[in-house]
Amino acid sequence: MATHEFAAQESHAHEAPQGFIRKWVFSLDHKVIGLQYYFLALAAVFVGMFLSLLMRIHLIWPAATLPLLGDIKPETYLTLVTMHGTIMVFFVLTTAPQGGFGNYFLPIQIGAPDMAFPVLNMLSFWTTFLGFVVMIAAFFVAGGAPLHGWTGYAPLSAIQSAGPGEGLGADLWIISIAIFCIGALMGALNFITTTLDMRAKGMTMMRMPLTCWAWFVTAILGLLAFGVLLSAGILLLMDRNLGTSFFVPLVTINGQLTGHKGGSPLLWQHLFWFFGHPEVYIAILPAMGMCSQLLSVFSRKPIFGYKAMVYAILGIGFLGFMVWGHHMFMSGMSPYTAFAFSIMTMAIGVPSAIKTFNWLGTLMHGRIRFSSPMLFAIGFVSLFVTGGISGPFLAQPVLDIQLHDTYFVPAHFHLIMGVASIFGIFAATYYWFPKMFGRMMNESMARWHFWFSFIGTYAIFMPMHYLGMAGMPRRYSQLTEVAYLHELIPLQKFITYAAFITIAGQLIFLINLFWSMFKGPKASDNPWEATTLEWTTATPPPHDNFGGKTPVVYNGPYEYSVPGAPRDFVMQNDPEIKPAH
Amino acid sequence: MTFMASLSTTATVADARISGGEDTRMAAPDYGTRLRRARLGLLVALTPVLMLFVSFSSAYVVRQGLPTLDPRTNTLVRDWIPVTLPKLLLINTGVLILSSLFMELARRQIKGQVVLASAKAAPGVSSGDQIRIPWLLMTFLLGLTFLFGQWTAWRQLAASGFYVATTPSSSFVYLLTGTHAIHLMGGVLALFVAGFAALLRRSVATRSIVVDVTAWYWHFMAALWIYILCLLEFAS
Repeated sequence: MATHEFAAQESHAHEAPQGFIRKWVFSLDHKVIGLQYYFLALAAVFVGMFLSLLMRIHLIWPAATLPLLGDIKPETYLTLVTMHGTIMVFFVLTTAPQGGFGNYFLPIQIGAPDMAFPVLNMLSFWTTFLGFVVMIAAFFVAGGAPLHGWTGYAPLSAIQSAGPGEGLGADLWIISIAIFCIGALMGALNFITTTLDMRAKGMTMMRMPLTCWAWFVTAILGLLAFGVLLSAGILLLMDRNLGTSFFVPLVTINGQLTGHKGGSPLLWQHLFWFFGHPEVYIAILPAMGMCSQLLSVFSRKPIFGYKAMVYAILGIGFLGFMVWGHHMFMSGMSPYTAFAFSIMTMAIGVPSAIKTFNWLGTLMHGRIRFSSPMLFAIGFVSLFVTGGISGPFLAQPVLDIQLHDTYFVPAHFHLIMGVASIFGIFAATYYWFPKMFGRMMNESMARWHFWFSFIGTYAIFMPMHYLGMAGMPRRYSQLTEVAYLHELIPLQKFITYAAFITIAGQLIFLINLFWSMFKGPKASDNPWEATTLEWTTATPPPHDNFGGKTPVVYNGPYEYSVPGAPRDFVMQNDPEIKPAH
Repeated sequence: MTFMASLSTTATVADARISGGEDTRMAAPDYGTRLRRARLGLLVALTPVLMLFVSFSSAYVVRQGLPTLDPRTNTLVRDWIPVTLPKLLLINTGVLILSSLFMELARRQIKGQVVLASAKAAPGVSSGDQIRIPWLLMTFLLGLTFLFGQWTAWRQLAASGFYVATTPSSSFVYLLTGTHAIHLMGGVLALFVAGFAALLRRSVATRSIVVDVTAWYWHFMAALWIYILCLLEFAS
């Protein structure tokens, strides 16, 4: 093994704990906290997936009586929609890529012994965990979980008597999200401070792996967005419980005045989407970073246009705050404002295209190794393009009149925000599993998992575009009796069958994950022959990441196939490579 | 616990697989590094607080301009009744500004102690006895006075008929003052921790960092309060 450069390191702020509680439960170690986030997200994704399965069953067999669960009433269907969306967006897509992998690998990749504030890091996980418990508790209170959708539009969400589930269940939903915001803010604080202040010697910002850039910019987005969601949540709680009228206009329920007046439902939408659109990038940016990393590693080529990739991440982050109005074209908006939001939205296509072409440029002429992480990274690019291409349709107010609130919208955002991000999580799992657990995952099972997921995803979501264009509205629990939609029922059935098969495919992943944890073949320190710092340390890494040492960085993160180098990769802390002229 | 052993996510520190370099474990980060990191952390932490109030402010401006339907006349009317703010808020403002001044003096005092502590380590240097004014305690007490003053102002508002849901403007008065008060309580708690750390004989460097960060937070809270007061008074 090459002689890597290490220098003196600040000692780990805390010693390695010995007891079970301090080591595995209330741990200060960013690696354990990362795993805690990961397993929380894993639990959440199976809850969310189960809810979607119930929805799919109800859509094609609305009269079916399910074992243990009984009938699914229309309001229950709306509850499923709400909780599926909320759990997936907050506790999976925000939690796993950033809280899970970011926590585990950001400090190691920049050569730090831990996060800047380990106690805060621990608190951020347990706050998020509490948020999840409160969210799940909403299922079990009188009236059940809320039915106002993950976007919580007022006045439905702002009045306790607006429907079943809008009582205590809706309060718990808001409180859970508020708790989640606080946890996410604590996490973002750590990510930003750690990135700015704890990089190893020689690890300049422009030598950071693109994963670190993605986690860093995602943390900034979270910092700016979650405070606004928290403010909206506080106002909503006041409207619901203190009789204020921030979001509730003069409304009647069953002919009775509610006592509210003058509030603006649009105000909620503005505040919510000011958070909500950056949230899309909070979910997808870390996956973009992971994808960039993996395409370079498994193509044995430097990433195409590193600087352009960094500027594209920054550009996407910046523009992400300028486009929230495109969710509200149909809510009542001046056409001039809509035009501005439309232009800004389509402008995001520019940095997104830069990233996509750079990914393709990285693949071009590469000596590609089609290992399972690479398959999922390529799958990510495919889903990103497919899901992204329908964005400019929805970004145009005129087309949005037709497509808004149809199945076209779930098709778009599930592909680009949901499944693409999930593919990023899978890619990262297969890639970093050896470092995290010291064992390799089963490659055959991983490949089966990939093809089930990749084909299954397209089978589920591509037909939804056609449903949407044909005018099938989303959110309705029962459309089987609607005459003009009758011919679309076979397509709905196809989607449900595809969902069954795709979900079954996820069991392969689950079995592989836990089986490999205990029985997988032992992993070497650098099984993928990668260059970044996590592969310079032991597998799994010691408590302080580098065993009392800290790397000195001389090279960029993607030095593959360097002419004149003894191997086809040069690690970041190898002696500096001189360009061959 | 064997299954946990096989699921270890950490190697031993002396693991031979960690390649190259020399074992150069050193002391904890120095004072300057810790202070810089804490200040950076605070700066980052203040961003969402700022966003929270920016969001409330935008809601304030939007809600103020909205008409509502009067069901009796079926016409659009304004329901924004400006609240006359209690004069006590001006006194509270003075208390907070004074506390901010004291906080700054406390910050400089403990910073001086850090310098003195490092100088004392040099042979032949003596600090001598000096009387220290308890700026930190005084700030703490003024912070509590401010919070009590805000509570009293709330009671005065309620006594004059303005409750949380009476009119949108009163909703915002309670919202903004209440959210600010909760944030200031965080500062009061930090002061308590700093004082408690002194009782526990924690190092002056650690206490200095707590006080330094709390001081910047406190100044931010004072500036934020002045902004809130201006918003409520002049933007009605």
